[in-house]
Amino acid sequence: MSTGDEQIAHATLRGVTRVYQGVTPVHALGPLDLDLARGEFFSVVGPSGCGKSTLLDVLAGLSPPTAGKISFEGRPVVGEVPDGIGVVFQEDASFPWLAVRDNVAFGLRRAGTEPAEIARRVAYAIGFMGLDDFADAFPAQLSGGMRQRVCIARTLVLQPRLILLDEPFGALDQQTRLLMGDELLRLWRETSSTVLLITHALDEAALLSDRVGVMSARPGRFIDLVSTGWARDRDSRIASDPGFGAITARLWAALRPESIKAMGRTAS
Amino acid sequence: MTRARSIIWTRLVLIAGAIGLIELLCRLGIIKPLTIIAPSQMAFELARMIASGELAAPAAYTFMEVGTAFAVSVVAGGALGALVHAQPRLRRALDPLLASWYAVPFFVFYPLLVALFGLNALPLIAIGVIFAAPAMMLSTLAGLDRVPPVMRKVARVHRLSRVQEVRLITLPSAAPHLFTGLKLAFTYSFIGIIAGEFILSGGGLGYGIAYAYESFENRKMYALMLFVLLIATGVNGALHVWDGRLARRWGRT
Amino acid sequence: MMRLFDAAAVVAAILVIWLGLYAYAGDSAITPPLRTFAYAAELLSRASFWNHVGATMAAFAMALAISAIGGVALGLVLGMRRFAGEVTEPILSSFYTIPKVTLYPVMLLIFGLGMSAKVAFGVIHGIIPVMLFTIAGVKNIEPVLLRTARVLRLSPAQTALSVLAPAVTPEIITGLRVGFALTLLGVLIGEMFASQRGLGFLIINGIEVHDVRMMTTVTLIVVVFAVAANSLMLALDRHAHRFA
Repeated sequence: MSTGDEQIAHATLRGVTRVYQGVTPVHALGPLDLDLARGEFFSVVGPSGCGKSTLLDVLAGLSPPTAGKISFEGRPVVGEVPDGIGVVFQEDASFPWLAVRDNVAFGLRRAGTEPAEIARRVAYAIGFMGLDDFADAFPAQLSGGMRQRVCIARTLVLQPRLILLDEPFGALDQQTRLLMGDELLRLWRETSSTVLLITHALDEAALLSDRVGVMSARPGRFIDLVSTGWARDRDSRIASDPGFGAITARLWAALRPESIKAMGRTAS
Repeated sequence: MTRARSIIWTRLVLIAGAIGLIELLCRLGIIKPLTIIAPSQMAFELARMIASGELAAPAAYTFMEVGTAFAVSVVAGGALGALVHAQPRLRRALDPLLASWYAVPFFVFYPLLVALFGLNALPLIAIGVIFAAPAMMLSTLAGLDRVPPVMRKVARVHRLSRVQEVRLITLPSAAPHLFTGLKLAFTYSFIGIIAGEFILSGGGLGYGIAYAYESFENRKMYALMLFVLLIATGVNGALHVWDGRLARRWGRT
Repeated sequence: MMRLFDAAAVVAAILVIWLGLYAYAGDSAITPPLRTFAYAAELLSRASFWNHVGATMAAFAMALAISAIGGVALGLVLGMRRFAGEVTEPILSSFYTIPKVTLYPVMLLIFGLGMSAKVAFGVIHGIIPVMLFTIAGVKNIEPVLLRTARVLRLSPAQTALSVLAPAVTPEIITGLRVGFALTLLGVLIGEMFASQRGLGFLIINGIEVHDVRMMTTVTLIVVVFAVAANSLMLALDRHAHRFA
C-alpha cells in the first residue's frame, strides 16, 4: 500500500523550481519537494495559476526544471519522458482520425509489440473502461467523458507504473466526475500503479486520495500535506463518512487564502 | 419528407426549372440562337463531339496541364506552408504579400513566362501554379496552426521521434485542412488554366472555346462550355462530398 | 521597427527577383525596374493615360456597386431565409469554382462590346463571394444574441440595428474585400477583349504589339493599385474583426 516505511520513494522532486523566461520572467513553481511512495494515490490541489500543471510537466520530463532534481525509480529525469510513466491530459487528446480501438493500440504499435498481445491488451483495456460498444467508433461520435476514457485506456494499455493525470475530468459535469473517479480508483487498484492526480475539486481530492498536497498561489509550493487514511478498497460513497467533511474542510482552510490571493492577482 | 430531402428536391427543381426556362425561351425564338442556343442542342452537340473523337485532343491537353499544375501546386504549396509555419518571422513578413496575392491579374506575366519557358504548355502550367499554390500554402498553414498543443505532449509521452511525430500525429491532425487545400488547388488550377487558354490562345479546351467564338461556331462553343462546366461541377462536387464524409467521421478542429 | 525592416526586405527581394528575370529573359519579355518607374511617371503625366484609367475606374465603380449592394442584399435574404439559403448555397459555391471564362462568350453575346460587358464581367466575378460571406455571417449569428434581444424587449428595428448589424458586419466586410479584388480582376479581363479603352486593354495591346515597356509599366501600376487597395481593406477587415 503506501508510505510510512523505509521504501525508496517511487518518484522524488528536490528543490524543483520552474521559471519561464520571457519579456518578464514568470516564476511559476517552487522551490518544491515531494516524495511519492510506490503505489500511493496522491492528489494536488491549488488555486488557478499556481503551477499545478507545471508540476506535472516537470515530473514527467515534458518541461525542464530551472533548478532542482527529479528522479523516477531511482534514475534522474532529464529531457525526455521515462519509460513507465503515463500521462492523461486535461484537453481531449484522443486522435480523431483513428477509431477507438486504434487509438488505444497506438502506443503498443509504436513499441513493436506482437499483434496477438496488442489485441489482447487492447480488448482488456477497452473492456475495463466500458468502451466495448464503441470500439469501432470514432472520437467525434463520442461524448467528452467517453473520449477521456479512450485517453485513459490508451495510457492504461501500456501498463505504466506511474500515472499522472492533469485535471482529466475538468470538462465533465459533477455526476460524471464522481463516477469517473470510481473508475480511476478501480484502475489504480487493478494496476497497482502510483497515481498523481491534479484537480481543482477539493471533494474529488479528498475522496480519491491517500494523501493530498495543497499548493500555494504562484509560485506554487506545498503548504499542507493531508493524509486521508482511507482503505484501499474505496469508492465515491465514502462521501458519507464523517472524516470526509473534516478533510475537505482542512483543505479549504489551507487553500482559501491562497485562492483569494490568486484571484486578486488575475483580476488586476 | 425529411428536410434534407426536400432541400435536395427543391434544388433539383430549381436547376431543372432554370434550364427548362432557357430551353423554352430558345425554342420560342425569344432568345436568338446567335446569342444562346437551347440547352438540349448544347448537350446534343457535346455528345456528337465526344463520339466523333474531336474532343479527345483538346481535353487531353487541358487535363495534362491541369494535372501537372495541380501536382506541382500541392507539393510546392504544402512544402512552403510547412517551411513558413516553422519560421514565424518569415510568416509575418509574407502575410501582406499572401493576402494581396489574389488581387493581382496574373495573366499579365504570360509573355514573361513564355520568354522563360518557351511557347509551349509550361507558361500556362506556371500560371496555374501561381494561382493554386498559395491556396495550398494557406491551407497547410491553417492545418498546422490547428494541431492542438496537447498533441505535441502526447507525442513526447509516447516517446516518438520527430519523424514519427510528424507522420503519426501532425499530418493526420492537419489532414482536414490539407484536404481543403487539395480542393482549392484543383479549383484554382482548373480556373487559371482554362482562363489562360482562353485569353492567351494556349491550346486545349479554353482555346477551343475562344476559337469557336471567333469563328461564330456557336454550337461548338456552347458544347465546349457545357463540357467545362460539367467537369468543374463534377470534380468539385465529388471532392465536396468526400470532404463532408471525412468531416463527419473525424469531426473538425 | 522590425516589421518595417521585414517589409522592406520583402520589397527588396521582389526587386531582386525582377532584376534577375530581366537579366535572364531580356528586353523582349520584361522591362527592368528603373526604366519601368520612369515610364510610369511619364504615363501618369499624360492625359491620354488618365482617359484609360477613367474608363477602367468607371466600369469598376459600377461593377463594385452592383456586386456589393446586390451581393449583400441577396446574401442577407438567403441567410435569413434558412430554407432558401440551404438550397442555393451549394449552387453558389459550385458557381464559384467554375472558370468564369466559360461565361465570357455569353456575356459578350448578350451585352456586346463595351462598357456594359466590362461591368458584367466584374459583377460575375465579384458578386458571388460577397453573397457567400454575407450568408455565412448571418448563419453565424449566435442564437443567444437573438434571445438576449428578446429578453431586453427590443423592437425588430432595434434588434436589426443594434444586434444583427454589428454581428454580421465583420463577415460582410471580409466578403467585400474579396469581392473588391475579384471585381477588379473581372473588369480588367473584360477590358482585355471587350474594349478599346482601359488599363486591361493597354496591357493586352502591349502584349499583342510587343510593346514590352507599356505592358510592364501598366501591369506595375495595376498591381500597385490592387495591393494598396487590398491592404487598406485588410486593415478595415482586421479592425472590424477586432472583437472576434
